[in-house]
Amino acid sequence: MSPAELVKALKQEFGDHVAVVQEEPQLVVEVSREKLVEIARFLRDTPGLAFNFLIYVTAVDKIEYFEVVYAVRSLKERHQLMLKVRISREEPEIPSVTSVWPAANWDERETYDLFGIRFTGHPDLRRILLPDDWEGHPLRKDYPVDRRPEKVV
Amino acid sequence: MESIPKPTNTEEICLNLGPQHPSTHGVMKFELTLEGERVVKCVPVIGQLHRGLEKMAEGMLYSQFIPMTDRLDYLAGACNNLGYVLAVETLMGVEAPERAKYIRVIISELQRIASHLVAVGTMALDLGAWTVMLYSFREREMILDIFEMYCGARMTLNCFRVGGTPYDLTPEIIQKIEDFLKVFPSRLDDYEALLNKNPIWLTRTRDIGVISAEDAIAYGLSGPNLRASGVEWDIRKAYPYEIYDRVEFDIPTGSRGDVYDRYWVRMEEMRQSCRIIRQALDQMPEGPIMVDIPGVSLADKAQFPTNFPAVVRHFELLVKGFQPPKREIYVGVENPKGELGFYLVSDGTGRPYRLKIRAPSFVSAQILPKVMKGTLLADVVSILASFDPVMGEIDR
Repeated sequence: MSPAELVKALKQEFGDHVAVVQEEPQLVVEVSREKLVEIARFLRDTPGLAFNFLIYVTAVDKIEYFEVVYAVRSLKERHQLMLKVRISREEPEIPSVTSVWPAANWDERETYDLFGIRFTGHPDLRRILLPDDWEGHPLRKDYPVDRRPEKVV
Repeated sequence: MESIPKPTNTEEICLNLGPQHPSTHGVMKFELTLEGERVVKCVPVIGQLHRGLEKMAEGMLYSQFIPMTDRLDYLAGACNNLGYVLAVETLMGVEAPERAKYIRVIISELQRIASHLVAVGTMALDLGAWTVMLYSFREREMILDIFEMYCGARMTLNCFRVGGTPYDLTPEIIQKIEDFLKVFPSRLDDYEALLNKNPIWLTRTRDIGVISAEDAIAYGLSGPNLRASGVEWDIRKAYPYEIYDRVEFDIPTGSRGDVYDRYWVRMEEMRQSCRIIRQALDQMPEGPIMVDIPGVSLADKAQFPTNFPAVVRHFELLVKGFQPPKREIYVGVENPKGELGFYLVSDGTGRPYRLKIRAPSFVSAQILPKVMKGTLLADVVSILASFDPVMGEIDR
């Protein structure tokens, strides 16, 4: 399916909850947080879309807000798509997509570990790469790179 | 009240397997809950090698990150370089010259063979077959010698650049590769003679650690681990990059998705890699190995004394680095371990705003708790070895 058709199919189903942010060189679509799991399930289960393979989940710190990024692919139709969800920095919380794609499990844990974004409904949200008592979330832009963060006692 | 002792002790015990176990390749630990010899629960513990490569990338020029990719999957440096370089090229909208594409494919296919040799060898070692391990390291040595001739390094190759490659394949290196291709197929037959009909090998690998095709896709497995479950998926075929659309090769797939299939798929892939190298050597054209675009490649140093713009071009590139347009891309390539991908966000400066590495071992390792459940303790080792995990990649 071509990028234009993909966008059309999504727009038809979810209307304003979907917005295209980049078309070239790769399609990136921004979706709303409330509809994320629904859209994920729609992408996986609709014949013709069949996005059955989650490539990765990650986040980008845009200083004012966070973007959670999902890249999905259909092994059958051979198309892929990047989804983006904008969430606030004060309350970094987003529903987990592990129920749709089990592959999201460790990626979401990693994003929680390194960005401090909480995935609600995740079966086992613990730190994965850093020790459990680590202070701070290193991939945030305000994390100091030249020294360890001071421990608040 | 006095408690009555039970006739037999059926308590569950907790066993920490690793991190020093050989099949964990360094630093992965399993917290196993055992009931007798059966695994009831398996919790993999990772992160002991975490170096924060993604954070480091944010403070580096795009070109400075190429040596870092060698340290991901340290058994497949060239393939990692290729993945990263391709990602930056896509971001910049640059394409390498023809000859460079062929060189990249030849070197990374050799690297694939070298990586699979370690995978098969250590897997056999974990199950007690010393000979195969010694043989496979002997063949790997030949490939490492070729790499040493090519770029001076054996493990951390750092051998490709954005816009091409700095080193050409000389006639001597091509001769070495030809020699390797001549002897290697018969060596593969030797391994198979040692293993394929060996009753110990078969009972320890057949129907152990079975993964269905649905599970493999749902858990994001890629590479040989996915294909062993019978899914015919290879990025080299699905989205051909470099010259993979011009060479003929097959995608080997397993039927059961057990440990044996994962071993067998790797053996077949080595044969296919030989085919690809053979064709690439035959087709390889003469020509430049590096593009000549200001802002991407350095100017010819011979011009320096007379040509001032060349000096400026040199200086600008080394200080400012590439300046790709503001956009974001994801590019994945077929690595020996699976799909290695780079998600790059550019803000228009010379440093990546965000770099995410999609590491195949990291994603496939999350299926381990599910596969390990209910197996025997002895099989934990063979299942793990069949996944061919490399911790540098899992922890990044």
